[in-house]
Amino acid sequence: MPLELLDSPDLDADKREGLWTLNFGPQHPATHTTLRLVLQLDGEMVIDAEPDIGFLHSGFEKLGEVLDFNQYVTIVDRMNYVSPMANEIAWHHAVEKLLGIELTPRCKYIRTIFAELMRLHDHLLCLGTCVLDLGGATAFMYAFNERETIYEICERASGQRFHTSYTRVGGLLYDVTDDWVKMVKDFVRNFPKVYRDFSGLVMKNRIFVERTRDVGVLSREEAIAGGATGPTARASGVTRDLRRDEPYLAYDDFDFDVCASQGGDCYARFQVRMMEMLESIKIIEQAIDKLPKGPIFAGETGKAGMPDKKEVYRSIEGLIHHFESVMPNRQMPCPKESIYAATESPNGELGYYIVGDGTFRAYRARTRPPSILHFALFSKLIRGCMLSDVAAVLGSINIIAAELDR
Amino acid sequence: MANETTDSKPIDMGPLKSRLADLLSGVALEWSEFRGQTRVICPSGELLKCLNAFKQSGFDQLTDLTAVDLLEYGNVNDRFEVVYCLLNIDSGMRLIAKTYLNEPDLTIPSATSVWFGADWLEREVYDMYGIIFAGHPNFKRLLLPDDFQSFPLRKDYPVKGRGERHNFPVITRAES
Repeated sequence: MPLELLDSPDLDADKREGLWTLNFGPQHPATHTTLRLVLQLDGEMVIDAEPDIGFLHSGFEKLGEVLDFNQYVTIVDRMNYVSPMANEIAWHHAVEKLLGIELTPRCKYIRTIFAELMRLHDHLLCLGTCVLDLGGATAFMYAFNERETIYEICERASGQRFHTSYTRVGGLLYDVTDDWVKMVKDFVRNFPKVYRDFSGLVMKNRIFVERTRDVGVLSREEAIAGGATGPTARASGVTRDLRRDEPYLAYDDFDFDVCASQGGDCYARFQVRMMEMLESIKIIEQAIDKLPKGPIFAGETGKAGMPDKKEVYRSIEGLIHHFESVMPNRQMPCPKESIYAATESPNGELGYYIVGDGTFRAYRARTRPPSILHFALFSKLIRGCMLSDVAAVLGSINIIAAELDR
Repeated sequence: MANETTDSKPIDMGPLKSRLADLLSGVALEWSEFRGQTRVICPSGELLKCLNAFKQSGFDQLTDLTAVDLLEYGNVNDRFEVVYCLLNIDSGMRLIAKTYLNEPDLTIPSATSVWFGADWLEREVYDMYGIIFAGHPNFKRLLLPDDFQSFPLRKDYPVKGRGERHNFPVITRAES
């Protein structure tokens, strides 16, 4: 196929002759979840790709209009299930901005530590599984072994490994213990060694490098106009990171770098993710050393959020407080306004557009997942690549179908 | 409950407002602010002109595009609100542009010519609310099946659905 054809998505009928169509997914190991691609191929070269999504659509946004601000956290958990707590933090960040709640320093620090742990969680899976798709099973095991430790840290804090539902409006479900602090410190101490091994296995692996270099190139202009954010945009030279540009939680207190690359190809995207992991460790290290003491719930007496469970079961005041915070006719009033608030999730900008109607429920709870804009770029990225590059490109933009379809 | 907010540093919107007033002379824009976030309401008839002017004044990324059904909101005259979240990558300035639509004419111009990232977002809004974006290059449902009849995020659509799921046609192996 001559190269000029690649520029026009609408091929003439006669030129279409000789092309063949391949259905990729919705069940395929390299799609990880249920994505479907209809590929137009000339031999092994991809001429066009049409993504078909919606297989995992489960009406999350409709549920967001039925459940209250605290209940809906169990649903947002399930959007990007690779880094569940990042969704919770983003959701309650938006709710708190709408309600005008300022968090306590301890809560901010704990959430920041979890947000960065989730970034590691997500990047390890993204890199690990992509290497697996490209034929290297060893690095995958290294990544998943490390993810297991993060699961244990989540479990210690919230009682759940996976769908933690840990944040609450104005605070957290439970305070963390000294045990947990020790676990995080151990993790931070051990991680660089694993990182060295993992990095050596992946980024210096000749097969990996050759299969990802100059594959799926995204230019800076396309990244901006197409709405790409996070590592995908930063790998194309867009040096924007909400943690630095619109500091939320405790990010203002820490010293870290924004990682970017100019390459725009799959390798650059993996490189940015690798570098970000080290920055995350840097942030966790600073945060865990300076973890402030004090209450985890906002408000003068901690009344802005849910009471401590111990209080609920052991004192009448705690029970009344719990009652006041869960009964629909007694909950905190919410302004009749709308807000868009976003956080830097591992995959990019995860935003929520919330419309409040005066009750403690969202009138409209729009999720702006990074995946949907990244996957819309997919057909641009894959044109002109080989069939075997589909797995590399899919892996490098880290599409999570559950947050794509919601 | 404290009333402090977690806003980012305020950005002076004055120059932007005067620039837009020059670009859009004769178009009535309605500005408002909430927790440091600037919102602007554009008349739906002049939407494309407004969006182009926003892009010219530096908003090079369409962060999000969504809609709200105001049927049960109270104290509003319009049925649908279409929301454009815009971002200026260099200065970090955000702007939320809104426009209002009413039945029966639920057609507005597509923003794909301004930011091509609007493609899937507009298809999703159509999928969920039935708002038609004129001039979209590949206009069809995004998440739901093509033969789906309703628009599920409208407020008059029940949370439990209308039984579509139970009535999906079953294709047997022999028929496939």
